[in-house]
Amino acid sequence: MSKTIVATTSLAGCFGCHMSFLDIDEKILDLIELVEFNKSPIDDIKNFTKMCDIGLVEGGCCNDENVHVLKDFRAHCKILVSVGECAIMGGLPALRNTVPLQECLEEAYLNGPSVAGNNESGIIPNDPELPVILNKVYPCHEVVRMDYHLPGCPPRAELIWDALYALVTGDPLKLPYEVVKFD
Amino acid sequence: MNQLIKFKIDGKECMGEKGQNIVDAAKDNQIYIPTLCNIPGIKPRGACRICTVRVNGRLMTACTSPIAEGMEIESKSVDIENLRKAIIELLFTEGNHFCPSCERSGSCDLQALGYKYQMLIPRFKFQFTDRAVEASHPKLIKDHNRCILCKRCIRAIKDEKGRSLFAFGKRGHHVEINIDTKLSKDMTDEQALEATEICPVGAILKKERGFIEPIGQRKYDKQPIGSDIETLEH
Repeated sequence: MSKTIVATTSLAGCFGCHMSFLDIDEKILDLIELVEFNKSPIDDIKNFTKMCDIGLVEGGCCNDENVHVLKDFRAHCKILVSVGECAIMGGLPALRNTVPLQECLEEAYLNGPSVAGNNESGIIPNDPELPVILNKVYPCHEVVRMDYHLPGCPPRAELIWDALYALVTGDPLKLPYEVVKFD
Repeated sequence: MNQLIKFKIDGKECMGEKGQNIVDAAKDNQIYIPTLCNIPGIKPRGACRICTVRVNGRLMTACTSPIAEGMEIESKSVDIENLRKAIIELLFTEGNHFCPSCERSGSCDLQALGYKYQMLIPRFKFQFTDRAVEASHPKLIKDHNRCILCKRCIRAIKDEKGRSLFAFGKRGHHVEINIDTKLSKDMTDEQALEATEICPVGAILKKERGFIEPIGQRKYDKQPIGSDIETLEH
């Protein structure tokens, strides 16, 4: 039987969910028997080289590059999983959702305590190469269809492992009380 | 002792005292009906509707409805539990509940009910309503992002003359909890702690105390909400 192909990415996240994924420790040896990685920071493949079975998405969408990557994942993965609070509800980046974008940018580049008086030209970075910031941080499922959601900040390593194992083998997924947490 | 009467919850024979409300009577029979706005010993209000049960085909709040002889109460059916889960999801999407950055996380009743119903994601759209955080009171922080308007603080925290230290301000969907600055100016640390603990979420927090319980030792880290009343499968 050919191996299940997995892709992962971190959008507007902190890579904490990927770190938690690595917290499966020695089970990573079992994992590598079951799956092959495609586009992922784990193997540093930058672009999809084939269709994948499972895409694990950390982080929500805070800029147009996130939206582009997420749509690319939807096009290349049969099953997409939101991993962690940021993918599910925007998470900590979404704390800015109640503040107008202009105010956020001015605070970051013009008025914040660490920049006030130091940005004499008063420029807010606007190079065309830079991704365009969205008005709000969006949960992944508001941008594309997501099939499953794993809560947690980060999701416990056991939860990521159990969910991935269940998806790969088709075994039923158990959700023990201790592993489903929102923090 | 009051007159004892018989009733049934999900087919189980129960006994209770006449005049007891359904939530308390169920508790005496080791049956957990989830509550958020209810405070044992204080007049119930029926604000959050989490304790909704079905009696005689009608939905009613178990915290405000008294038991009656021969009453047949439906509490754990799939559709009642789904209704309760929907209420939890509405509360999670209506306010701004950033669990990872909340110092009440792990001891929060709303979050614990999210765990109980295994809410992986709410079915409703997040609103990201613009709400304020107020830290002007000397002892308390009020975070309106997290308030679920259950009125527990209004009903429970009073001065020696029975006047509430908290009150609702504004109207409609702008309603928010206010602190009476005159009455609460001499608030003791004990009262501030009581207000923090009476709040089912992290909307009222005592200052200079943040993240006091380590992860793993918080109220709902290992035990689901309601497991003091009923042995719950998890």
